[in-house]
Amino acid sequence: MSRPPFIAIGLLSACVLAYEVLLTRLFSIVLWHHFAYMIISAAMLGYGASGTALTLLKEKIASHFGAVYVMAAAALAVLMPASFLLAQQIPFNPLELLWDKTQPVKLLAVYLLMMLPFFCGGLGIGLVFSHFGKQAPRVYAFDILGAGAGSLGVIGVLFLVPPQQVLSVLAALTFAAAAIAVVELKLRPKWLMELFFGLAVLAAVALPGIPVQSSDYKDFSQAMNIAGARVIEERTSPLGQITVVENTRVPLRHAPGMSLNATSEPPPQLGVFVDGDGPSALTQFDGNLAPLAYLDQLTSALPYHILGSHEQHGPRVLVLGAGPGSDVLQALYHHSAAVDAVELDRNVTGLVRQRFRDYAGNLYSRPGVHVYELEARGFVNATDKRYDLIQVALLDSFGTASAGLYGLSENYLYTVEALQAYLGRLTPGGMLAVTRWLSLPPRDTLKLFATAVSALEQNGVANPATRLAMIRGWKTVTLLVKNSDFTASDIAATKEFCRARSFDLAWYPGMRADEANRFNILPQPYFFEGAVALLSPQRQDFTDQYKFYIEPATDNRPHFFRFFKWNAAAEIFSLREHGGMSLFDWSYPLLVATLVQAIAASVLLILAPLALSRCRRTLPAAPVALYFLAIGFAFMFMEIAFIQKFVLFLSHPLYAVAVVLCAFLVFASAGSWLAGHCQSARWQAANKVTFAVIAMGALALFYLAALPQLFHSLIHFPDTAKIIISAALIAPLAMCMGVPFPTGMMRLAGTAEEAIPWAWAINGFASVVGAVFATLLAIHLGFATVILLAVLIYGVACAALKSFA
Amino acid sequence: MKRHFALGVLLFFGFSFPLHSEGFDAARHKMVEEVLADTGATSSYSGIPALSPSVIKAMGKVERHRFVPTALSALAYLNRPLPIGHGQTISQPFVVALMTDLMKIKAGDRVLEIGTGSGYQAAILAEIAGAVYSIEIIEPLGKEADTRLKTLGYRNVQTRVGDGYYGWSEAAPFDAIIVTAAASHVPPPLLKQLKPGGRMVIPLGTQFMTQYLMLVEKKQDGSVTNRQILPVAFVPLTGEH
Repeated sequence: MSRPPFIAIGLLSACVLAYEVLLTRLFSIVLWHHFAYMIISAAMLGYGASGTALTLLKEKIASHFGAVYVMAAAALAVLMPASFLLAQQIPFNPLELLWDKTQPVKLLAVYLLMMLPFFCGGLGIGLVFSHFGKQAPRVYAFDILGAGAGSLGVIGVLFLVPPQQVLSVLAALTFAAAAIAVVELKLRPKWLMELFFGLAVLAAVALPGIPVQSSDYKDFSQAMNIAGARVIEERTSPLGQITVVENTRVPLRHAPGMSLNATSEPPPQLGVFVDGDGPSALTQFDGNLAPLAYLDQLTSALPYHILGSHEQHGPRVLVLGAGPGSDVLQALYHHSAAVDAVELDRNVTGLVRQRFRDYAGNLYSRPGVHVYELEARGFVNATDKRYDLIQVALLDSFGTASAGLYGLSENYLYTVEALQAYLGRLTPGGMLAVTRWLSLPPRDTLKLFATAVSALEQNGVANPATRLAMIRGWKTVTLLVKNSDFTASDIAATKEFCRARSFDLAWYPGMRADEANRFNILPQPYFFEGAVALLSPQRQDFTDQYKFYIEPATDNRPHFFRFFKWNAAAEIFSLREHGGMSLFDWSYPLLVATLVQAIAASVLLILAPLALSRCRRTLPAAPVALYFLAIGFAFMFMEIAFIQKFVLFLSHPLYAVAVVLCAFLVFASAGSWLAGHCQSARWQAANKVTFAVIAMGALALFYLAALPQLFHSLIHFPDTAKIIISAALIAPLAMCMGVPFPTGMMRLAGTAEEAIPWAWAINGFASVVGAVFATLLAIHLGFATVILLAVLIYGVACAALKSFA
Repeated sequence: MKRHFALGVLLFFGFSFPLHSEGFDAARHKMVEEVLADTGATSSYSGIPALSPSVIKAMGKVERHRFVPTALSALAYLNRPLPIGHGQTISQPFVVALMTDLMKIKAGDRVLEIGTGSGYQAAILAEIAGAVYSIEIIEPLGKEADTRLKTLGYRNVQTRVGDGYYGWSEAAPFDAIIVTAAASHVPPPLLKQLKPGGRMVIPLGTQFMTQYLMLVEKKQDGSVTNRQILPVAFVPLTGEH
C-alpha cells in the first residue's frame, strides 16, 4: 500500500465539491439562496471536524487505513441524499426566526445534518493526507484537481438534469469512488469492489429523485394552495428552476402597484416562478393593445408620458431583465418604435418564444422587438446602440424584497458604475427608469437615489437635482434619471401623470414641499425629505444619521440590498414584537449568526476534543497552529473575494462560483504539484512559501488596479472566451496559493507526523470561519480590502513558517 | 440537576402545560394589555390615540386559542403571528386590533373580508359589525374557518370559498372592507363595492411581518384617498425622538 489512491481521492473530492454546489441550488429552491453561506460553512466544518476525529483516533485507525477510507466514502454516498432528506423534515422557517425560540435550534440541526456528509468526505481525504504525508503535494494536487472538476462539472450536469436527480448521480459516483479505492489500495475481500460498483449502479438506476419541498411561505407554494392551480411547465438550469402555473378558476392578476383609480383589469396571465419566488406574469396577448391598458396605470409608465410629449416617433426602448415580457408589453402599449429586451435566462425567454408562443402573441418575435439572452451589464457595455429609454424591470418579488432576503447578495444592476454605463447608452434627452417596491420607511429607493446622484456627479454633472425625478404609488416607486435637464414640459407631464393616477411626486427639479404626500399619505413626506437631503450639502450627515444603510452601492461594494446598520440594530430588535419586524434586515444578522454558529460549532467539534485529548502533549508549537490558521483564512478570503469580483464579468453568481472555484482549485493543484517537485536545497519550505506569497501579493495588487478596466474592455466577449480569460487571469495567483498548504504538510511529515490531522483540523476551522468572515468584511469594507487582507495574512503565515521550518 | 435542566429546556422552547379556561382568560387579558400598550406607543404614527371600546371588548372576548392549531394553543395569547397551515398565518393581535380600529366599524355595518384564514379577524369584526362576509381562496382553510365560526355561534358571519377579486356583489355595498390576502394590486371591483364614506384596510408585507397598513377612504364623490400607516414607533433618523 505504497501508493495513495489518487483516482479515488480525485473522484471523492469532485463529488464533495459538486455536492456543495448542488446544495446551494437545492436550498435556493427549498428556502432562499443566502443559505448558500451556511452550506459553505457546514462543508468546511465537516472537514475540520474530520481532522479532529483523525487526530483523536489516529492510532486506532492507522492499522485499518484502507477499510476506514472506503467506509468513509460509502458513508458519504449514503449521507448525500439522506442528510438532505432528513434536513427537509426539520420544520425550519426562517421567517419565524425572530418570533420562535425553537427556530435557531432547528437551524442548528439543519446545519449539523448538512455537515455530516462533509465530515465523511473530509475523513477520507484527511486520512490519505495523514497516511501518505510525504506525498502530500501529489495527494493535494489530485484532491483539488478533483474538486475543481466537480464544481464545474456539476454546473454542466445541472443544465441537463433537475437538481434532485443530480443527488442520486453523485451518490452513484461516490460509491464508484469507494470501489476504485478498493482496487487502488488492493483491499481484501475483492467482492467489496463488486459490492460498491453494484451500489453505484443501484443508486444511479434505482434511486428516485429526492423530493424537494419548497417552504410553505414561498410564493410558489402559496400559489399552489389556491384551488385550480396547476403546473403546466417546468424547466431547470443552474440559473434557476422555472415553474409556470396556470389557474383558470382563480386567475393570476399581476399588476404590481396599479393605481387605485384604475378601472381596467389585467388580461389572463400565467405565473412564472424562479426557484419558487415570483411570480412574473406571462400575459396573454393577441396583438390588440386595449387589454394592456392596466400597464399604463403603473408608476413605471411615467417615462412614456414624458417622452411622448416631445417625441415624433415612438421611443427606442431597452428593457433590462425582461423576464416573460410585461415591460416589453408596456413599451408596445406606448407605441415604442423599437424594443430591445435583455434577459439572462434562456429558459425564461424560451417560454415566450416557444412553449407559449401563441399565448404570448409571438411577443419576442414581433416586428421591432429584439431579445438578447445576455446579462444586463454585459449587454450595456458591449452595445453601441443608443436608447430613448432604458427600463430596469422590477423582477424580484415584493415578498422577498420586503422580508429583507437580499441583504447579502451582490447586485451589479444598481451600482454607481452600472448607472453610469446606462446613462452612457442614452440618446440626448433620453432617460433611465428604475422601479422598485415601496418600503417604509424608505430604504432601497433612497439608496437608489443616492446612487444616481453619485453616478451623475461622477459623470461631471454639476447639479444632479435637475436631472432626477421620482414618483411613488402605494406599492412601487419609479426613479427617472435623465441625461439632460428636465424641461418644463417634462415636469408638466409628470404632474399630470401622477394626478390622474393618484401617485405622489417625490422629487422633480424645483418641487415645493407642499406638493409632496398628497394621495398616499405618510406620517411624513419621507421620500421628498430624503431626496432633498441627498441633494443638499448635508448629504453625508443625513446618510450617517439615517437608521438604514443608504450609502451608494458601487462595484466594489455591490450589496445594494444591505440596509442593516449596527447602531440602529438594538432599537429595531427591541421593536420586533411591537410592529417592527419588517424593519429588520435579517439576512445580515443571519450571516453574523452563521459566523457565531460556525465559531461555536468549530470550537465544540474541532478545538475542544483536541484540547481534551492526550494528543495535545504531542502537539507542535503555536507557530504551526498560526500557520495553518492563517493559510486557511487567507485562501478563503482570496477565493471568496475573487468569486465576487468575477460575478460582474461572468454575468451570474453561479457561473462565477463554478469557474473561479474550478480555476482556483485546478491551478492551486498545479502549484502544489510544482512545490512538490522543487526539492532542491535552494527551495527550502520557507523560501518556497515566501516566493509564492510575494508573487501573490504582486499579482493581487496588479489585479486590484487592472481588473475593472480589463473587465470593462472584455465583458462583451462570448461566454467561452470569458471563461478562458477568467481561468488565465486566476492561474498565476492560484498556483502561488497552492504552495503553502502542501509545503506545510510536508514539513510536518518530516518532523511531527502525528500533527498532520491536527493541522488539517485547524485549517478546516479557519476555512469555516474565513468563508463567512470574508463575506462580512466585503459588505463593510469592500472586496478590495478583503484581497489586501488576504495578502497580509499570507505574510503572517510566511513569518510563522520561518519559525518552525 | 437533570430536573433543572429539563425544566429549563421546556421553558426555553416555549412549551407549557395546557392552559385551562381560566388560564386562557388571564392570558387573553394580558394580551389585550400588551395590545393597548403597543397602540399607545404607536399612536402618533397610526393616528389612533387609543383603541375604541368596541375593539377592546372584541379583543378581550374572542378566544384566539380556538383559532390556532391545537398544538399551538398555549402560544395563542402571545402578541405574535402564528402559523395555521397551508402557508398562512393568524395575524399579530396588535395588528388585528389596529386594522379593526382603522375601519371605524359601527353596529349594524356590513363588512367584507378577503382572506378568511383561521376566521379570527372575522370573529373580531362580527363582535362589532352587523354582518360580516368573508371569502377564502384556500379551500381547506375556508371550510375549517366556516365550521369553527359556526361552532362558536357567529351567526352574523357568512363565509365562502373562492376568488375574492370580484368581492361579494350580492351583499354589496359594504361599509368597510379588509383585504388580508396578498395582492399585487387593489381589485377595482372591490373599490366599487365600497360605500361612499366607507373604509378599506390592507396590510402589506409578508407572512409573519406586516410592513405597513393601507387605509383607503372612499369619499362621497367616489374618489379615494389612501393613508399608509407604519404599525411601529420608529423614526428613521437618529435624534428625532
